[in-house]
Amino acid sequence: MLEADNLECVRGERRLFAGIGFTLAAGELLYLQGKNGSGKTSLLRMLIGLLPPESGTIRWRGAAIKSDDYRADLCYLGHLNAIKEELTPLENLLAGARLADARLSEVEALAALEQVGLAGREDLACKYLSQGQKRRVALARLVNEKRPLWILDEPFVALDSAAVDWLAGIISAHLQRGGLAVMTTHQRVDIAAGALRELRLG
Amino acid sequence: MLTLIAAVIKRDLKLAMRRQADMVSAIFFFIIVVSLFPLGIGPEADLLRKLAPGVLWVAALLATMLSLPRLFADDHRDGTLEQLALAPHPLGLVVTGKVIAHWLVSGLPLALIAPVLGLQFDLSTEALLAVTLSILIGTPALSGIGAIGAALTLGLRGGGVLISLLVLPLYIPVLIFGAGAVDATVTGLGGEGHLSLLAALTFASIGFAPWAAAAALKIALE
Amino acid sequence: MTDRFNLYRFSSPATFYPLAGAMIPYFVAVSALFGIAGLWLGMLVAPTDFQQGEGYRIIFIHVPASWMSMFIYLVMAFWAAIGLAFNTRLSGMMAQALAPTGALMAFLSLWTGALWGKPMWGAWWVWDARLTSELILLFLYIGYMALTAAIDDVRRADKAGGLLLLVGVVNIPIIYFSVKWWNTLHQGSSVNLAKSSMATTMLWGMLLMAMCFWMYSIAMALMRVRTIMLERERHTDWVKKLIAGDEK
Repeated sequence: MLEADNLECVRGERRLFAGIGFTLAAGELLYLQGKNGSGKTSLLRMLIGLLPPESGTIRWRGAAIKSDDYRADLCYLGHLNAIKEELTPLENLLAGARLADARLSEVEALAALEQVGLAGREDLACKYLSQGQKRRVALARLVNEKRPLWILDEPFVALDSAAVDWLAGIISAHLQRGGLAVMTTHQRVDIAAGALRELRLG
Repeated sequence: MLTLIAAVIKRDLKLAMRRQADMVSAIFFFIIVVSLFPLGIGPEADLLRKLAPGVLWVAALLATMLSLPRLFADDHRDGTLEQLALAPHPLGLVVTGKVIAHWLVSGLPLALIAPVLGLQFDLSTEALLAVTLSILIGTPALSGIGAIGAALTLGLRGGGVLISLLVLPLYIPVLIFGAGAVDATVTGLGGEGHLSLLAALTFASIGFAPWAAAAALKIALE
Repeated sequence: MTDRFNLYRFSSPATFYPLAGAMIPYFVAVSALFGIAGLWLGMLVAPTDFQQGEGYRIIFIHVPASWMSMFIYLVMAFWAAIGLAFNTRLSGMMAQALAPTGALMAFLSLWTGALWGKPMWGAWWVWDARLTSELILLFLYIGYMALTAAIDDVRRADKAGGLLLLVGVVNIPIIYFSVKWWNTLHQGSSVNLAKSSMATTMLWGMLLMAMCFWMYSIAMALMRVRTIMLERERHTDWVKKLIAGDEK
C-alpha cells in the first residue's frame, strides 16, 4: 500500500540519506531507526508530503502522495503536541477533529480522554496541565482514529510505563484492523503486528 | 468548504477571546498613535481636519501590522500548523478562515473606534461616516496581504520588522484609496469611487492572498 | 530521458560556472563600447535643450537606469516563476544575483532624478507619480533582499524570495496606477516630462546608454551568480576540483 523508492534527502549542504526504499502492506509496522541527525524525522516529513524528496518517489495505493485523498488516509503525530494552551482538552480534541475533517462526537472525545487518564480535567485549559498530560491529550487523538496510515514520530517519549503499554495496545489494535504504521522510536516496545519491518538510516 | 472556513474562524476567535490582551493592546496602539499626531502638529482645527484621513489610515496600517507576526507563529510553534497542512482539504481555505478571523479581531475594532478618534480631529459627520466605511472595507485587504508577509517570514529572526518591510509597500494602494475616500468626502467630491476601488482591492486580496500565503506556509514547513 | 538530461545539464552550476566565466569579458567589453558611444552622443553631440540648458543631459543616465530597474524586476520574477515551476537550482541564484543591480538602478534613477529635479522643479523631491513608484520599486527590491538574507536555508530562501517576487509583480501595476491616480487628484500636475519632439540624436544616445546598462547588468549578474555558486556548492566535487586546480 505504501511504497517508497530510492529516496534521497539533502538538508542544507548535507546529504542525509540516499537510495532508501521500502514497501509496507496492510497490518504492517515499520520501525525507523538511526542515531540523532540521521534523517529519521526528515524521512517522516517526506512520507507525510511536507518535504519533497531530492529524488525518488513515494506512492500510496499506487498513486503519488500529493493529493487530498492521501491526506484523508493519513494520521501524523509529530514531536509537537499540536494542542492549544488556551483550549481545554475536550475543545482541543473536537477542534482538531473538525479541522482534519474527521467525525468525532463529544461522547467519543470524553471517552478517549478518560482512557488516557484525563478524566476530570476535560474542562481545564491545557496551559494548566503538566507536560506528560499535554502529551496524553495529543495521544487521545489516536483512540478514535480510523484513518489507515499512521505516521508517528517518537510516540513513546516522555510516557510512563503504563502509558507506554496503553499506546502499544492502541497501535496493535490499529494494525489488527488492517492499518499501517510507520514510527521512529528509541525504545523497543511489544506491538503485535502482521509483519514488522525495520529500516536503519545512517 | 464554508463549514471548514467557519470552523477555522470559530477556533481562532475563541483563542483570541481567551487571550484578549493582544487584541486590546493593538487597539490602544491605534488610539495612542492617532492621539500623538495633534501633539506633534499643533491644535489648529483646519490643519488637523486636513490631516485626519491620512493619520487615521497610517495608524490603522501600523496597528494591523502589529498583530501580523502572530497570525501563524503560534500555530507553527505548537505543531498545529503542520496538522492543518496535513488535513485533507486545501490549505488556502484554512488560511482564508484565519485571515477573516484576523480581520474580525484587528480590522473591525479599528473601524468601530476610528469615528471616535475622528472627533478629535474635528471631522464632520459625513467624514466620520466615510472614515468608518473606508476602514471597514479596506482592512480585510490589509489582513489578506499581511498574511502573505506573515507566512513568508514564519520562524525567521527579526520576523516582525521584516514583515513591515515586505508588506508596507504592498499596502500603498489600500492607503491611497482608503485615505482618498475620506478626503474626497471632505472636499465634497464624493467618496464612492474610492470606496468601490477599495472594495475591489479587498475582494481580490481575500480571493488570492490566502493561496499565496498557503504556498508560502508550505515553503516554510519543508 | 535525454531531454531531461540536457535541461538538467544547462541548469547545473557545474556547467554554467565556466560558461558564465567565459561570457563575462564579452559583456563587459560590449557594455564599455556602448557606454562610450552613448556618452559621446549624449554629452557632446546632442543639442543643448533650449528650455532646460545643459542640465537635461542627466537623463542619459536617469532614463536608462529607470528602464533597467523595472526590467530587472521583471527578469527576476521570470526566474522566480521558472524556479517555482521546475525547481531548478540556477533560477534562485539568478534572481538573487540580479537583485543588487536592480536596486542600484532604482537608486541611481532616484538620485539622478533628484539632481535633475532641483534645477528644473526647484526641489530635490516632488511627489510625482513616477518618482513615487520608483521609490516603491526600490522598497520592493530591499524587501526581497532582506527576506532572502534572513533565511539560512538557501532552498527556502530561493522559494520564499521567488514567491515574494511574483506577489510583487502582480502588485506593481496596481501600485503604479493607484499612485498615478493619487498624484493627479492631489496636485495640479504642473510637472510634465513628456516631450514628443525629442531630437533623434538624444533618442539614440539614450538607447545606446540603455544597451550599455543592460550589458553591464548582465555582466554583474553573471559575476555575482558565480560567487553564489561557489559559496553554495563549496562541498561538491566540481568546486573542490576547481579550487585545487587554481592552487596549482
